[in-house]
Amino acid sequence: MTYRSNLERVLSEKKFAVTAEVGPPKGSDQSKIQDKGLIVKSYADAYNVTDNQTAVARLSSMGGSVILLNMGLEPIMQMTCRDRNRLAIQSDVLGAASVGIRNILFVTGDHQSFGNHPGAKGVYDIDSIQLLKIVRDMRDKGIFQSGDKILAGNPNIFIGAAANPFADPYKLRVDRLEKKIKAGADFIQTQSVFNLDKFNTWMDEVRSRGLDKKVHILAGITPLKSLKMAERMKFHVPGVDIPDNIYNRMKKSAEPKDEGHALAIELIDNIKKIKGVHGLHITALFWEDVIPHLVRETGLHPRP
Amino acid sequence: MIITKQKDFSYLLNSIKKGPVFIIGCNECATLCHTGGEEEVLSMKEKLKTKNIDTTGWIILEPACHFLNDKRLLKKCKKEIDAAKKILVLACGNGVQTVSEIIEDVDVIPGTDTLFLGEIKRATDFEKRCIMCGECIQDLFEGTCPVSRCPKSMQNGPCGGSINGKCEVDKEMDCVWDIIYKRLKKKGQLDNLKEIKEPKDWSKSTETRRQL
Repeated sequence: MTYRSNLERVLSEKKFAVTAEVGPPKGSDQSKIQDKGLIVKSYADAYNVTDNQTAVARLSSMGGSVILLNMGLEPIMQMTCRDRNRLAIQSDVLGAASVGIRNILFVTGDHQSFGNHPGAKGVYDIDSIQLLKIVRDMRDKGIFQSGDKILAGNPNIFIGAAANPFADPYKLRVDRLEKKIKAGADFIQTQSVFNLDKFNTWMDEVRSRGLDKKVHILAGITPLKSLKMAERMKFHVPGVDIPDNIYNRMKKSAEPKDEGHALAIELIDNIKKIKGVHGLHITALFWEDVIPHLVRETGLHPRP
Repeated sequence: MIITKQKDFSYLLNSIKKGPVFIIGCNECATLCHTGGEEEVLSMKEKLKTKNIDTTGWIILEPACHFLNDKRLLKKCKKEIDAAKKILVLACGNGVQTVSEIIEDVDVIPGTDTLFLGEIKRATDFEKRCIMCGECIQDLFEGTCPVSRCPKSMQNGPCGGSINGKCEVDKEMDCVWDIIYKRLKKKGQLDNLKEIKEPKDWSKSTETRRQL
């Protein structure tokens, strides 16, 4: 069996996968992303490179992915619908595939009003579900969105999507996952899990519809580095659900950083036991050096 | 209705400079928005007077976007218009242009910012309802438009930022996808949302055809 990517291999062989986020810098200095890459190297199966995350202009996800490729790390390039129309997106998918990027994760994107260019015009020509279908058709049918034929090489991409089990209307959350699978998603990375009860309820519904057999689900993990970060995520980041018990543990702790580390280990240990979860996606914002510890301390190292 | 907002007075003073001005209002949208009806035109005249800017005359067009009506009505004010250095238009962006097609020799200044096509909730409370995309798809969404009302124009929404029925972009704003969800649920038609809605055909918008 040949696999498109290492990530696809690990998931297809039914091993518990680990992906980690490597955010590009606000500048063109490639050593910044290389430094992060060196910290997490060999602790994950593939590494997400975000696309102007939270609508802040940064080194591009394609540039960042190429830097990782050159270091021998497998990237998961992220693409949003916020900054490009269908022409630019399809062109970038071809460009990414041409330089050896094999995993791409497609999201609609954080609204531009949250970022450092709130005056920018949002594009939103298509949404994430439409984009997943476009890329699946490019890969499997060799056609562009317009129906025009791809003439020289279909992009052989392992297609990723995001899911937020914690947003509203809650009833639609599994429906939307199902829609993403139907549109073409091969793997899913979820919003960071803090509320295990809600995540379990979502997974129960996922399993009852048999969706865990149709797509690989990687649960999001974000270690909380400080009380300030916990507060920011609880009260200001859209779509994040930090329950009071976790927030209070951070608040009462004399060493919030250690508490955040311990909390992440507990969450990972619990998530590993949930049937139908095929891996972890670790997003350690500005705290990449905790990733090797988390992976080792939960028995997930060495990687397969 | 076309929703407008009057520009800041200090901005207007900067555009008007010394004047004198001739003020134009509109009897339709700008009147309903309270940005360019008779009341607002007269109040603008008074405000300008306090800054020693004279008004040579004023008129309410019927409505400002009607070329032939404007031509007929403005002809009657030729003397006042000729005496003015600036024409201040308290109407939408369309009204400004219809006026500037007719009055060629005097500077025409917009007195409002045109915001959107929307609904009047209460007197000065407006909500965006349409972006004139040229291809109405509200039959798919229970007479509700996600293209104009979702800040990400999602057709396969909601995104992950819909919390307690509110939009992530503005906590005061209802998430249109929450509204769509509730309406479909009431009718037992939630399955409608399972179908993948195809990308919009923006060539149907007037982007490429500017005349009908």
